[in-house]
Amino acid sequence: MKVSRNLTYSMLLLLPAVVLLVAFTYYPTVATIIDSFFSTPRGRRPARFVGLANYETMLADPVFRKAIVNNMIYAAVIIPCSMGLALAMALLVNARIAGRGFVRLAYFTPTVLPMIAVANIWMFFYAPDYGLIDQVLGHFGRGGNNWLGNPDTALWAIIVITVWKCAGFFMIFYLAALQQIPPSLLEAAEMEGATYWQQLRRVILPLLMPTTLFISVNAVIEAFRLVDHIIAMTRGGPDNSTQLLLHYIYQVAFGFWDTAYAATLSVVLLAILALIALVQFGYADRRIFYR
Amino acid sequence: MSVDRRSATTRLAINVVAWALALLWVLPLLYAVWTAIHPPLYAARFDLFAPLTLDNFVRVWNAAPFDRYFLNTIGLVVFVVIAQFVVCTMAAYAFAVYPFRGSEWLFMLFLIQLMVMPEVLLVRNYSTIASLGVMDTMLAIALPYLASAFGIFLFRQAFKSVPKELDEAARMEGAGPIQVLLRVYVPLARPTYLAYGLVMVAYHWNNFLWPLIVTNSVSTRPITVGLGIFSTVEQGIDWPTITAATLVSIGPLLVAFLLFQRQFVQSFMRSGIR
Repeated sequence: MKVSRNLTYSMLLLLPAVVLLVAFTYYPTVATIIDSFFSTPRGRRPARFVGLANYETMLADPVFRKAIVNNMIYAAVIIPCSMGLALAMALLVNARIAGRGFVRLAYFTPTVLPMIAVANIWMFFYAPDYGLIDQVLGHFGRGGNNWLGNPDTALWAIIVITVWKCAGFFMIFYLAALQQIPPSLLEAAEMEGATYWQQLRRVILPLLMPTTLFISVNAVIEAFRLVDHIIAMTRGGPDNSTQLLLHYIYQVAFGFWDTAYAATLSVVLLAILALIALVQFGYADRRIFYR
Repeated sequence: MSVDRRSATTRLAINVVAWALALLWVLPLLYAVWTAIHPPLYAARFDLFAPLTLDNFVRVWNAAPFDRYFLNTIGLVVFVVIAQFVVCTMAAYAFAVYPFRGSEWLFMLFLIQLMVMPEVLLVRNYSTIASLGVMDTMLAIALPYLASAFGIFLFRQAFKSVPKELDEAARMEGAGPIQVLLRVYVPLARPTYLAYGLVMVAYHWNNFLWPLIVTNSVSTRPITVGLGIFSTVEQGIDWPTITAATLVSIGPLLVAFLLFQRQFVQSFMRSGIR
């Protein structure tokens, strides 16, 4: 009796969420996979089944390969850099320093800014001749750099921005975790004569492991999700040197209107995210989900 | 921490590093402010006595309908956060208080959305929005985000920590399921609501890609898309105008953040502790 009433309440309460999730998460996921096996409908020609043709096109597409390689570099640099900086920031802010409130604020501020505004601010910062970086370099006779216009430096310029934007965000999570470490543990380590670096390595870092895991999953997702600044700053250029997977999907879908090919590319992105999820489930502290 | 008991030199070094990094971190922002409050002539020339001006802001404000964009964003954010509160509260209440066979499994299925965010599915979601006939409306921007797995997760967590005795006491007094939810669970989960709400305000105030795709008129565009379009048109021509426009568009959120930074920071912290 009670069980069936529970079920009725649950169904009613879950209804809106289920409808929305089906409409905007599950159905589109399945539909995207199906779309990838069909051609793009054009005019009066409906979509027809093409098997793996879209995937063959994709594997032969140099822009796709470029986007994947760029995205790997992007993720491989951003994740350790932003997390390392975040940890350093958290440790600094957690130590008793002068003007701690301001310092923490300075680190965290980029997090609350929209990426599109960040892009504008940095575009000016990077601008040839006008930008601060080029002005400083100009004093040493090394001005005239177009950081975003040069295929060799553009991706790195984008990476710097992303690290700047994300580090403060991740710092917050480290800071929260640091404040939960019982002081008695550190006192004990100190009594034993451990230096600060020993405490850091033997006590603090191990205790921060769950946080590190949580942040790294977030960082990977951000590395594949964050393309607002690409749209605003480089549109994937010059010469596809800043092309990232999601940005390429956006271009193919809404620039060339090739929805089937965009769906094929989306399947790759979905596969990457699924892989991350599996890794997370494999290694994650189960408490994260089951508590 | 033990650092405090270290020598004066170490402490000085820590301070220097912390402050150097902090200054480096605000430098791009300060540079933009500098340019925005000076006449174009001084855009990139450092002269402490350069005349200050607000002309750039006035020009920007008159050149594009930023006031309308702000209204759009505020309307959007208010709607999204309230709708998320309702949808996620209901779902979390079901998972926490009325579990059924398979509800854990369903919950895991929900969590897929943490990974597969609406942005990833933008091609399909775009055609869904088109077939619903709500293209270029606030609803189009909001719909994919309303059933937030993250919110359901946080609220479920909060509801689960509510003592069973309080729930039972309320029911003994004859309160129905909705009354119990509103009188016992929601009030006790207030910090979680604040935390989630602030994180979502920041998220949706800043969201760009999805709104860019589903809006194309002044009356629906949020401020981020408005700024994006404004700077594309002006691009490369006039830095003082672009930086001023950027500062105008981040102004309100930045001021709110500076005023409530303690709550902001704590909210972000709280939402991260899982």
